[in-house]
Amino acid sequence: MRGTPRALLKPFTETTGLARWMLVAGVLLTAVFVVFAVFAPWIAPYGFAQASSGGTPFPKLGHPSSQHWFGTDRLFFDVYSRVIWGARTALKVVVLSIVLCVLLGVPLGLASGYYGGWFDRFVVLVMDAMYAFPSFLLAIVFSFLLTNVYGGSVVAVSLSLTAVYIPQYFRVVRNTTLSAKEATYVEAARAIGASDGVIMRRYLLQNVIQSVPVLGTLNAADAILTLAGLGFLGLGIQSTDAAEWGHDLNRALADAGSGVWWTGLYPGLAIVLLVTGLTLVGEGLNETLNPTLRRRRLLPVVMPPRNVSTPAEEEQG
Amino acid sequence: MSRAGSGSLPRYILQRILLVIPMIWVILTVVFVLLRVAPGDPVSAALGSKLNAQALQQRREALGFNRPLIAQYWDYLSSVAHLDFGTTFRDNQPVLRVVRDNGGATLTLTAAAFVIALVVGIPLGLLAGRYRDSAPDVVIRLFGIVSYAAPVFFVGFLLQLYVAERLGLPTSGDASPITVFEVKPKTHILLLDALLSGNGTAIQDVLKHLVLPATTLGLLICGIFIRLVRVNMLQTMQADYVEAAEARGIARGKVTWRHGFRNALVPVITVVGLQFALLLGGAVLTEPTFNWPGIGYKLVFYINNRDYGAVQGIITIFALAVVLISVLIDIVNALIDPRVRF
Repeated sequence: MRGTPRALLKPFTETTGLARWMLVAGVLLTAVFVVFAVFAPWIAPYGFAQASSGGTPFPKLGHPSSQHWFGTDRLFFDVYSRVIWGARTALKVVVLSIVLCVLLGVPLGLASGYYGGWFDRFVVLVMDAMYAFPSFLLAIVFSFLLTNVYGGSVVAVSLSLTAVYIPQYFRVVRNTTLSAKEATYVEAARAIGASDGVIMRRYLLQNVIQSVPVLGTLNAADAILTLAGLGFLGLGIQSTDAAEWGHDLNRALADAGSGVWWTGLYPGLAIVLLVTGLTLVGEGLNETLNPTLRRRRLLPVVMPPRNVSTPAEEEQG
Repeated sequence: MSRAGSGSLPRYILQRILLVIPMIWVILTVVFVLLRVAPGDPVSAALGSKLNAQALQQRREALGFNRPLIAQYWDYLSSVAHLDFGTTFRDNQPVLRVVRDNGGATLTLTAAAFVIALVVGIPLGLLAGRYRDSAPDVVIRLFGIVSYAAPVFFVGFLLQLYVAERLGLPTSGDASPITVFEVKPKTHILLLDALLSGNGTAIQDVLKHLVLPATTLGLLICGIFIRLVRVNMLQTMQADYVEAAEARGIARGKVTWRHGFRNALVPVITVVGLQFALLLGGAVLTEPTFNWPGIGYKLVFYINNRDYGAVQGIITIFALAVVLISVLIDIVNALIDPRVRF
């Protein structure tokens, strides 16, 4: 029981200096947006598509004021409320797409790496083709189609993002499976009669899933940007269905010429801060977990004798 | 990819080129499946409001949409093999012509952005990697992260709002009407045409239009360069040969320059190739922000008009370009770095 919290805290306890500060700052920034997302109805003063309150219509492109902290946009909506509600949309889309990526990509990668053969070759070919495709264009194609069929909903956009990121999960899991399945403990498991399913679930999964959290955080940052990009092109979620920062920025662009800054500045800052937060978490984790980069705290430097190499080093080289 | 076990360069190149063919086939199939097998009728989606039922049916037949899917698939593959990427539904133009007419603007924008990114990103990345955990490192890394985290259309918005007017820079299009009128089109690249014409005001005008879009797109790529160069530099400075050089008593500065910088830059060549895809994606977003008349701008126009023909053709060309460039980069890499060949 005590192992799990300690393992979770490992990135904090084992890092030092800058890497640690980046991690802490990233976690804090991300946490703020998660709070916005979860408690949006209580934090936001108005609804995301609310154009009047108590019978009084909101002003069009109104300056920031005590009623509307971040002003109102050209659709009469309250910018502050839309920024807060936007966090909820972003969180929904990102969580849904990453969960789908893990649920589909990890088993596929495991099976592909473990069984090999023509199945492996076919899946690798398809995944490589998708990976070779410029990712934002892939997202455009998918959401172009899905919005035709499903309309601009959270599900449609999440599916588009899943299509973009799934090859990465597949690749990482497949490649680690390939090396892990040759390990002695797997051979031992097979010798005592463990079935393929048991070997994959009990012996391989634990080992291959290690790199998924880092991938997840880095993808989350990228997913926020892709979501906003799709929204900016009008392929994402429509303004009246949900608040989406990218789409708000698209409408704000027309205001830039007339000196209206509040409609674009705040949704833009929200994107920058959230993506920065997630990137800091990802980089922080990377610096802790990646052995070629990490610097551990409080560990005395012990140089191994240079002429004797350990088996672990040989495997990595 | 050590299956062949042979390290000869021609063999590696041949192998790489042969591997591209199934890759292209799979990509084409993916595009076809996505865009043609999808439910809904593309022709009425694009033109339903403009034409009557009979005319729609005629267009469907002319485009071959009434034929079985497998025949359509074969048509698509063979026409792509003949470099025919179809026609747009909306204005009935060959996609290749759309790409040719607007490709110049995209090329100018991406090339300029790339130069900005290289000039800014590489020195900053090397600096941050060399002085790890110092003040410059913190500032440079933060700059790198933020410039990557800021969507191009937000950077574009800020530049239009706070910079454009102060510096007197235009925010829309790639030239003023007078320049377009005066400069004779020869190469489909307006900047080249302006340079060829030798018209000073025209050159200035075109360059002025280029500044803000190229900076916006350049900043996006620049953040990635900083991160990659920095990490490469860190890993290089920890390498055994750097330690060995230091142990031999070579001056710190010389070690950094000769053993550190140079080797840290080798992987950047690969990365440069990979960034091409990102650059295209960035261009698709930058162009509408500044009404820059490139392929991305056109693509967005056709997307908004639900024009399947145009979207399919443009996406096919983009995908082919990215794959071919990645092969080219691999070959260049193999020429430079012998380890790749094995």
